[in-house]
Amino acid sequence: MDAAHKLEISRRGVLIVGAAASAVAAPSVSEAQAAGADAPVLAKVAFEVNGTRRELELDTRTTLLDALRENLNLTGSKKGCDHGQCGACTVIVDGRRINSCLTLAVMHEGGRITTIEGLGQPGALHPMQAAFVKHDGFQCGYCTPGQICSAVAVLDEIKAGVPSHAGADVTAAPQVTSDELRERMSGNICRCGAYSNIIEAITEVAGGNA
Amino acid sequence: MRAFSYERARDPQAAVAAMARTPDAKFIAGGTNLLDLMKLEIERPGRLIDVNGLGFDKIEATADGGLRIGALVRNTDLAADERVRRDYGVLSRALVAGASGQLRNKATTAGNLLQRTRCPYFYDPGQPCNKRQPGSGCGALQGFSRQLAVIGGSEACIATHPSDMAVAMRVLDASVETLNPEGKARRIPIAEFHRLPGDKPQIDTTLGRGELITAVTLPRPIGGVQVYRKVRDRASYAFALVSVAAVVQRDGSGRVAFGGVAHKPWRVEAAEPAMASGAKAVVDRAFAGAKPRHDNAFKLLLAERTLAAAMAEARA
Repeated sequence: MDAAHKLEISRRGVLIVGAAASAVAAPSVSEAQAAGADAPVLAKVAFEVNGTRRELELDTRTTLLDALRENLNLTGSKKGCDHGQCGACTVIVDGRRINSCLTLAVMHEGGRITTIEGLGQPGALHPMQAAFVKHDGFQCGYCTPGQICSAVAVLDEIKAGVPSHAGADVTAAPQVTSDELRERMSGNICRCGAYSNIIEAITEVAGGNA
Repeated sequence: MRAFSYERARDPQAAVAAMARTPDAKFIAGGTNLLDLMKLEIERPGRLIDVNGLGFDKIEATADGGLRIGALVRNTDLAADERVRRDYGVLSRALVAGASGQLRNKATTAGNLLQRTRCPYFYDPGQPCNKRQPGSGCGALQGFSRQLAVIGGSEACIATHPSDMAVAMRVLDASVETLNPEGKARRIPIAEFHRLPGDKPQIDTTLGRGELITAVTLPRPIGGVQVYRKVRDRASYAFALVSVAAVVQRDGSGRVAFGGVAHKPWRVEAAEPAMASGAKAVVDRAFAGAKPRHDNAFKLLLAERTLAAAMAEARA
């Protein structure tokens, strides 16, 4: 009890100190920008998004997620934590799922990017989107685009024989089991707790493919 | 995030030369840890040199029967390589125990070795941290140390190295190949690659300024049953409280390294002959001189029990 009480106080202390520190830091950053010491650097990049070539000139700091959302108005990919901890920003780049918040747009010259908008559209849903609807694989829906992009890639990874922590034997070909899916989907957090329905949706799509 | 300029390096010599010209530059490959730290302004490079185009993305057999893993090989590809799964199982297991599928698709072999601690005091600019800001003190010493080091720490720092992969590489006696800014190559045994914090916790490794990792080599396979066992606060996608990389031979001899307990993968070769006598004998020797804190003293018993479980798994 005592230890828990102390922990609570200290966490608040950390939050207050953190807030004060950023309040002080913010003006100094804008001063530096005004002085030119921290002036934005622009760079050009061209990549393919959902089958369409896009050319952008961006501040080098722009993450792939921000380029998709702010520059290309593809707001399906979501910004949750912006630190690679929640998976809401998951997109498929060159056939692989990644956290679009932890990569720079300028690093994807010539890349092929698929977002939730590219998987399917209303009236022509991707089977994974349809399965999430059928199995109620969401409540608020915020993590859902990332969950679906991740799920599509997970089934490809299992098919390609990529091992996971769920497999007892790393030399064996992985199978679609709920343990495998839970482990492989652990980078996508759902605060509503729709996990069991998400696993049912993915399992159905995997069965349809088998 | 601070503004920075960006260039794509075309060849390794050009990459190290560009780094030598620009004192506040950093190499970027997967970027999964560097960009996270740049958003928090814990890392503040003025220039990024993108090394993804350097071609260090192959896994090749070496003349002496080992494997040479390119610095840019992604964690997913290394874990999935058939030779790694068959001959270096502890490495494949350690890799899939770390991070998430999304991160493993992007994170590279070299970047995994170079990732920085996840000590909460390092990550919070409102707290003192000698690793982030030398001389500012260590908030962790009197703070919450549950995740932190029990051995090899100093009065300046009790951070842990967060990698799972590096623990397996340590037990396999890997070497890190590099290119320095003068264009000279060298090979660093993994045992000498990560350093203890001492009074310079801001320095994680023995790499020189601007030195570029080109590959990690593994010696010829050592056989045995290879186990990686990781204990953490949730079943997946969390850093280790304690992890054990063990290679156990039929005669009961073996090797063991621990993760989550020190500023580097923790292996004490002199403790390994005790493997035949059981986990407690090994841990007593490997953790002699340990200085656990109030919140992390449990790690010593956890290390013993995790090793016991790993050895039982190896014998089964």
